[in-house]
Amino acid sequence: MSIASGLTRATLAKDLRLEWRSKDAINSMLFFALLVVVVFSFSFDPNAEESRQIAGGLVWVAFLFAAVVALNQTWARELRNQVLDAYRVSPAPANSLFLAKALGNFIFVAVLEALMTPLFIMFYKLRALGPAWQLIPVAALGTWALVVNGTFFAAMSLRTRSREIMLPLLLFPISIPALLAMVNATTAILTGELSARVWIVLLASYDVVFTTSCLLLFETVLHAE
Amino acid sequence: MKRAFPIFAVFTAVLLSYAMYEALVAAPTEKTMGDVQRIFYYHVPSAWTAFLLFFINFVASVVYLIRRNPIADAIAVVTAEVGVVFCTVVLVTGPLWARPVWGIWWTWDVRLTSTLVLWLIYVSYLMLRRFSSSGQTPVLAAALAVFGALDVPLVYFSIWIFRTQHPQPVIGGGGSIDPRMLRVLLINWAAFLCFAALVCWSRYRLERLQREVEETQALEALLEPRGSR
Repeated sequence: MSIASGLTRATLAKDLRLEWRSKDAINSMLFFALLVVVVFSFSFDPNAEESRQIAGGLVWVAFLFAAVVALNQTWARELRNQVLDAYRVSPAPANSLFLAKALGNFIFVAVLEALMTPLFIMFYKLRALGPAWQLIPVAALGTWALVVNGTFFAAMSLRTRSREIMLPLLLFPISIPALLAMVNATTAILTGELSARVWIVLLASYDVVFTTSCLLLFETVLHAE
Repeated sequence: MKRAFPIFAVFTAVLLSYAMYEALVAAPTEKTMGDVQRIFYYHVPSAWTAFLLFFINFVASVVYLIRRNPIADAIAVVTAEVGVVFCTVVLVTGPLWARPVWGIWWTWDVRLTSTLVLWLIYVSYLMLRRFSSSGQTPVLAAALAVFGALDVPLVYFSIWIFRTQHPQPVIGGGGSIDPRMLRVLLINWAAFLCFAALVCWSRYRLERLQREVEETQALEALLEPRGSR
């Protein structure tokens, strides 16, 4: 177990250091999310009440699209110099690699969300009428839901033609329940009309189901060559 | 075995024609909806058949992941493809019926939305198979099929909550079915199942042949690497 967690920590630290120095993923994600915010703002031009109704959808669509940018880069870096092949032949447990990548993506997307949320609040004049603290579990569980499957499917689409397009094609249909839960929970909290609890429970169960299945199947997918 | 296929094909054709006669002529006309209701004999059997095929796809994928049996993989391809076709039939006949009866083509009801999401998941499954370039397509596809199957209850449940929170115009809603209609429905389902089995069978033979050809070509390329040039 200590070797596994050590490997996770080492890989995660390496990815974070690489990202800190290059800022490739975070810059492209930020710019992309910013564009989505601006375009949506132009196309709907909502007042404060309307924003509250649609913001849940807008926020999560922007984050989802931006996350795909980061997810697509997850494994690309390991293909250079055959690093991934080295992983395959090494006796290191595959799941610690997967966890490191998923955690790394989670951190990237969480940073993106933290930076973008003030912009959303500003542009859409948002103010939560429900319990705002509930947005934190929704964001954490929702981000993990996107990222855990996204990391897995990114590994799957590595060996496909036009892999950058393949990832959203695989990820979006499977993520529909999670998206529905995130969007509705956020809307429920912003409008304060309904309780978000049932959606948070749904998100948590989605996370449990798919984290388990990713960990069970990742080794198979990694070694599929 | 070679004779079995044409015999089964003829049997299916006869059964399909009988089912069509039953559905379009013999079945009683529905009181409020009129003849439009007869599309029900195509819509519902297609849905049941599609769900059954997707279930077989899931089982075959799990078997493939455990045993790495190529036959299981061939079955998974075939059932996914034919399942998507039947699911498309469901999604096309549904709105055709809904428009005159409900006055709308589509509503985001639990069953409609879940079926649509199921269709999306299996189309992405077929896309993965099509775009995957390595010899490991079966493994990746089987993993995706497992993910898709795990997703189905979550999809259904999430849309169910979504709809209970935002009530929609009431649709369908209980009611009992005329026993004569039920009989026609079951005959049609039997016919559709036979038809699906027939298409799967022929598609399965094609898949096996294709794989044999690929293996032979690979073997030839190994045996005489420069002979053909």
